[in-house]
Amino acid sequence: MVLSRFLDNRNRLGMLFMLPAAAILLIFLTYPLGLGVWLGFTDTKVGRGGEWIGLENYEWLWTDSVFRLSIFNTFLYTVVASVLKFGLGLWLALLLNKHMPFKSFVRAIVLLPFIVPTVLSAIAFWWLYDAQFSIISWVLVKLGLIDQYINFLGEPNLARASTIAANTWRGVPFVAICLLAGLQTIPPSLYEAASIDGASPWQQFWHVTLPMLSPIIAVVMTFSVLFTFTDFQLIWVLTRGGPINATHLMATLSFQRAIPGGALGEGAAIATAMIPFLLAAILFSYFGLQRRRWQQGGSDK
Amino acid sequence: MASVELKQVRKSFGNTEVVHGVDVSIDDREFVVLVGPSGCGKSTLLRMIAGLEEITSGEIHIGDRLVNNVPPKQRDIAMVFQNYALYPHMTVFDNMAFSMKLAGTDKREIGERVDKAAKILGLSEYLDRYPRQLSGGQRQRVAMGRAIVRNPQVFLFDEPLSNLDAQLRVQMRIEIKELHQRLKTTSIYVTHDQIEAMSMADKIVVMNGGHVEQIGSPLELYDNPDNRFVAGFIGSPAMNFLPGRLVTNGGGRGVQIADGCVLPAPQTHEADGREVVLGVRPEHFAIGESCVEVEVVVVEPTGADTQVFCRIAGTDVSAISRERHVFRPGDRIHLKPMDDKSFLFDPGSGRRLQ
Repeated sequence: MVLSRFLDNRNRLGMLFMLPAAAILLIFLTYPLGLGVWLGFTDTKVGRGGEWIGLENYEWLWTDSVFRLSIFNTFLYTVVASVLKFGLGLWLALLLNKHMPFKSFVRAIVLLPFIVPTVLSAIAFWWLYDAQFSIISWVLVKLGLIDQYINFLGEPNLARASTIAANTWRGVPFVAICLLAGLQTIPPSLYEAASIDGASPWQQFWHVTLPMLSPIIAVVMTFSVLFTFTDFQLIWVLTRGGPINATHLMATLSFQRAIPGGALGEGAAIATAMIPFLLAAILFSYFGLQRRRWQQGGSDK
Repeated sequence: MASVELKQVRKSFGNTEVVHGVDVSIDDREFVVLVGPSGCGKSTLLRMIAGLEEITSGEIHIGDRLVNNVPPKQRDIAMVFQNYALYPHMTVFDNMAFSMKLAGTDKREIGERVDKAAKILGLSEYLDRYPRQLSGGQRQRVAMGRAIVRNPQVFLFDEPLSNLDAQLRVQMRIEIKELHQRLKTTSIYVTHDQIEAMSMADKIVVMNGGHVEQIGSPLELYDNPDNRFVAGFIGSPAMNFLPGRLVTNGGGRGVQIADGCVLPAPQTHEADGREVVLGVRPEHFAIGESCVEVEVVVVEPTGADTQVFCRIAGTDVSAISRERHVFRPGDRIHLKPMDDKSFLFDPGSGRRLQ
């Protein structure tokens, strides 16, 4: 009786239905995040509870050249890989949008790098980049283009380029498929109108395709930047941050200091230091993603 | 402004030929309507004139220039699309100015020409708006504005009114015709609506199944259809067709229909006994004059006239009268076709018999 009256109220019933979702969010998202941030303010080690030490971790990190290098690496990695992914992804999407034989088959193939587990593809790249067994080096040597095997993961800048290439390979399909979906929503009559208006193919791309695609570009690139910025698996398998920390990203450094290094507090502080950057990226996209003026008002009839 | 000449134009998609050798010549300043049921090839023909579809064989001339291999932008044409195809991310002004901007026209001239077109179309207040913020009719006007500003040789319209509601369609129909009378630019207009065709065209090209059935002015097609298809397509409500046999009946010729009744036939050289189809427009039945007795099925009083649906020898027939008849379903009335305004067609080919 009391129960049924309690459930009669729409608001109460609504709250009741929201509980499971709220619980999941609290237990698996809010709690770990809160714990991570809190750990960052302590000197907790693996196997030993820590004490509140305020900003000491951050003060120490501020002077830590490896941490600073990891910030630089993370930005370099994110910016270069994102730009490459966008360029290649857009190009691939435009190609896939054309009429061609075995269209759906090719589209399925393109998705492969995205489907394969990151660790698996990372191991494959590890082989490709191996100092002694690299097939890339082997081919180049056989072609007579180089005399010596390339030490892909052994030299700082080469290692950076190699990891960026691997990340790009993995990320392009996501960008390409999303942009392809966007391209397919552009009505063909717009291109016909533009060609009658005198637009060359390049002008059609610039004045029709790109602006019409801009909302979806913003969404896709936000996701791409977030994923790249927090990348961990690929680096950990390929280089573990080496050589001489040249490929250490904030995520890998955080893990290394916290788990193998045992300094949980310091690792947590590094991870927490990523939050402002990610927040900035989200805010940027939040404002960038707001419906543009031309998308507002009226209905699409 | 220019004339347009189509010579034996054909179009195939793969192995399927959809336009079978079309010859049409369109004079300078003429308003020509391509009309036909959907799938008759009229839109394909228009798109070939625009350069959006390749021509499989034949020749298309605009002015005195062969344009078979000329890209759309160099054909000096403007096209209004069925879905308007306005650039959603550009304002009304930018939509209209786009072609001139691409051509590198002077900024001041662009402004002047857009303003002028906007004034003609009553769009001056909306130049800063985006297409989404406009109503269907306004979008339609912007699409026309985009065509006007370029001052092209030929306007092409691809079913431009089919997305509008009935009332707006009538209004825009008048506006387009008025615009043509003002600008006098050669126009080719595609529609499936024969009323649009009749009310707007200087010349109608009736198409069916990739062939041209007949070309002529609206009244020529109405008064003198070449075949049963044109007779049935032009005119609303549609012409009635009654199959029968030619007979001579006390000095006059007649058509004996299935139930033995003889209806007066128009003058013809065909011999008695020939199988024919008698075509009579609803407005060319005299109601009340004794000839054939029919049973009323449905009556539609529309105010201006009364439309009566009835059945003659198993065939549905409609008749329109200016008088206000008060009939009830089931009533038996008399109808008489006016013999000088009915037609005879060959039952097989549909060809007009004279």
